[in-house]
Order: sequence, then structure tokens, then C-alpha cells
Amino acid sequence: MRLELTVNDASHALDVEPRTTLLDALRDHLRLTGAHAGCEHGVCGACTVLIDGAPARSCLTFAVQCDGLAITTIEGLAPAPGELSPVQDAFCETHGMQCGYCTPAMILTAHALLAKNPSPSRDDIVEAISANICRCTGYAQIIEAVALAADRMRGLNRPPEPA
Amino acid sequence: MKAAPFEYARPATLDEACALLAADDGARVIAGGQTLVPLMAMRLARPTQLVDIARIPGLAFIRDTGDALVIGATTRQAAAEADPLVWAKLPLLARAIKFVGHAPTRARGTIGGSLVNADPAAEISLVAVTLGATLAWREAGRDIEMPASDFFVGPMVTAMPDAACLSSVRFSVWAGQRVGTGFHEVNARSSDFAFASAAAQISVDADGRCARVAIGIGAASACPARLDGAADALIGTRADEATVREALRAAIDGLDIIVDPYASVAYRKRAALALAQRAIADAYARARGGETRAA
Repeated sequence: MRLELTVNDASHALDVEPRTTLLDALRDHLRLTGAHAGCEHGVCGACTVLIDGAPARSCLTFAVQCDGLAITTIEGLAPAPGELSPVQDAFCETHGMQCGYCTPAMILTAHALLAKNPSPSRDDIVEAISANICRCTGYAQIIEAVALAADRMRGLNRPPEPA
Repeated sequence: MKAAPFEYARPATLDEACALLAADDGARVIAGGQTLVPLMAMRLARPTQLVDIARIPGLAFIRDTGDALVIGATTRQAAAEADPLVWAKLPLLARAIKFVGHAPTRARGTIGGSLVNADPAAEISLVAVTLGATLAWREAGRDIEMPASDFFVGPMVTAMPDAACLSSVRFSVWAGQRVGTGFHEVNARSSDFAFASAAAQISVDADGRCARVAIGIGAASACPARLDGAADALIGTRADEATVREALRAAIDGLDIIVDPYASVAYRKRAALALAQRAIADAYARARGGETRAA
């Protein structure tokens, strides 16, 4: 079945079986392997991407349902090759990951949260990432990373403090 | 975890969708897919065709008709969750939606999809039964309506024919300012299926006595259960603890409780009782003090 997927602002014409999930279309057809396959039934959150700006399970959506919708994957966040988004940077700085399997989904989820709520409370952050399982970190540094990114993004247009 | 092969159709109207469903016994409707796709991934469901209604115009809306709020079948759960009208007119639904899956599934999942899948633990179904909502569907060119209490027949089974497609659900809005609501559930982990859930909506008179009461228990029986006997027993009272406990105990004893490997009958009864007490206490306090947005 032919469809057009808009991924990270680029349009892609695809020919897939209807049963191809958005996750498999991204990974196998577009080679965007940042969306990870975990449980493949909507529980673990490793496959999270943004559909029209909101975090969604790419394993619980067939690609044909996404014809024409705006998809954002982890590959679409960095402003330029070799650079990191403020959220990605904060995850590095606070060591908000260990094995990294949940990380793209965590970062996309954090991006969506901060786009909606630039000053999230700790509870807001916990609630936002509560649909994503991390088996390594115990979540503490992930929460720290999102809070740090929020702080930095709020300050992006602030003049530097006098020395 | 890959679905079996199927055909995919995206009809332009509800009547076209019904015609596709009528022509293929194995066809199923998909809107958000957040219940159906996991079932397909595990091959518990193997539809021959998916009829995608998500983009049919006019099916996603939240409409205030004064005495009721009508919600279109393909309205995303996240849209209802964020709508100030739902908080103002149907705070019980607004509270319950927070417990439906998690934010990423609510972003795609629809109000109608949750209703027609009829999972015994579904929170939206519980609110529909508790508040006596009316479900409307399209079938062979006709519009049919049915009260929620008749709609749910058993686990994942409704009274709606296979070749029909839900169009909307209508929730009556209780008159007056002194209406309060409460919703509680217990599960193994946040966002997982509830072992038991409870919903309550109470309006109080000028003396602070219960004037109108609705109580529902979900996830404990094959379908959401409305406890009319217990609700009647609270009319004219101040919902004091002893009266509430006695009324609930009798009503919950009358339920046909489901058993699974995760929760025994005794546990579900105990949990249903405790959760309903909390829901009623919240609803009563909010009715007296005024409903607030904070959960």
C-alpha cells in the first residue's frame, strides 16, 4: 500500500503492507533506527515518537494510519550534524542513561513536555516519563536531565548574569 | 509481535464504513487502535480488514447542549482530558481519563474506541454506566441509541451489531452548582489495568444532604456496575462513613465478581469497597465545597 510519511520535516513515499507498524516503517524502510523495538505491544515505551507533536507508541500505530501526519523521531531533534538539542545535551551532562535503549523515547517525551510546559514541576516530569520504562538508571538522573534542560531552555534568551 | 496480514480501508463517511463492515465478517473498525493493535500484535485479534474511521469528518467533537455534553466517537482521549468544557461539565469523566492507559496512548486512543472495546476495566465505560450515558451508533443508514447500562454485555462484548459504527456518546450534565465527583482505582502499576475502580457523583441540597447520588464499580465484574441501591440509601444523608459502608457492602456483595490470576474475589470486593468509600467521600466533600480542578 502506498503512503506518504512526513518524518522530521521530510516527505517520504513508501510502499508497505497495511500491517507494517509505524515503528517498522521507520526502522526497516527509512533506516531511522533511533525508535527502538521493545515489547511491541505498547507497554515499554522504547518506540515512542512524536505524532503531530505528541508522544505516541510507534508500535501501536500502523504506518498507513499516519499517512500525511507529522512524525518526529530522535534523528530530527539535533539542530545540525554533530550538535545536540538542549535536552540531549542535558541527558549527557547528568548521565541520564546507561544502556541507552530507552533514551531516544525519553528525550522525545521530554521535548514534548517542555514544548507544552517550559517550567515543569518534578511531578510533571515524573508524570510525563511515567509511560517509559528504564531498567538501568532508577530514573533519578533522567528527571534531573529534564529539569536541567528546562532550566537551560528557559534561559536561552536571557542576557548573561553580570560576573 | 507482528499482526497477521489484513486489508486496510479509509472510508469517507460513516455509512461507507458500515457498508464495508457489512460486506466483510472479519472487518473491524480502527480509530486510535490503542486497544486493538496490541490484541493484533499478540494475535488475539486477527481482523481480515481494518476500517479506519479516524479521519471521517464530523466524528471528533465535544458539544455542549446545555443539559448534556455530547462527545464524538473519534475524539481523542487527550483532547477530552485537556478540554475545559469537560472539566466544567463532566468532572467525573475528566478525573477518570487520567487513569486511562498513559499519556502516549491517550494521544491516539479515542473516547469511542474505549467504549466499544468494552474492557471490564475501562474507566470511560465505568463513567458512562455510572452517569447513565447514551451511546449512539450508525447502522444500515439508521441512527440507533442505547443506554450505557444495556450497551455493555460482557468482557469485550457490546450490544452493538458488528456492522455498526459508534458515532457519539451523550452524558447528561447534572443541574446546579453543588455537584461533586470522585474517582479511584487500584492496579499493579500506574497505567496498567485496574483490579477495581470506583466512580461517584453527588449533588447536595442547601442543608448539605445528598440530593442525588450515582455510584459505579469497574473492573470487578464482567461489565461496569452501577450501584443504584447504595446510591438510593445515601439520599437525604450526609454520606457519613457508617451509612456509606453499610450501603456499599450490601451492593458489592450482590455483584458477580470476576477472578483472574492477579486478584481474588475477596480482594476485589475489599478493594471495590475501599475505593468506593474514597470516591464517595471525595464527591461529597467536593459537592459541599465546590468542585475544583485539582485531582
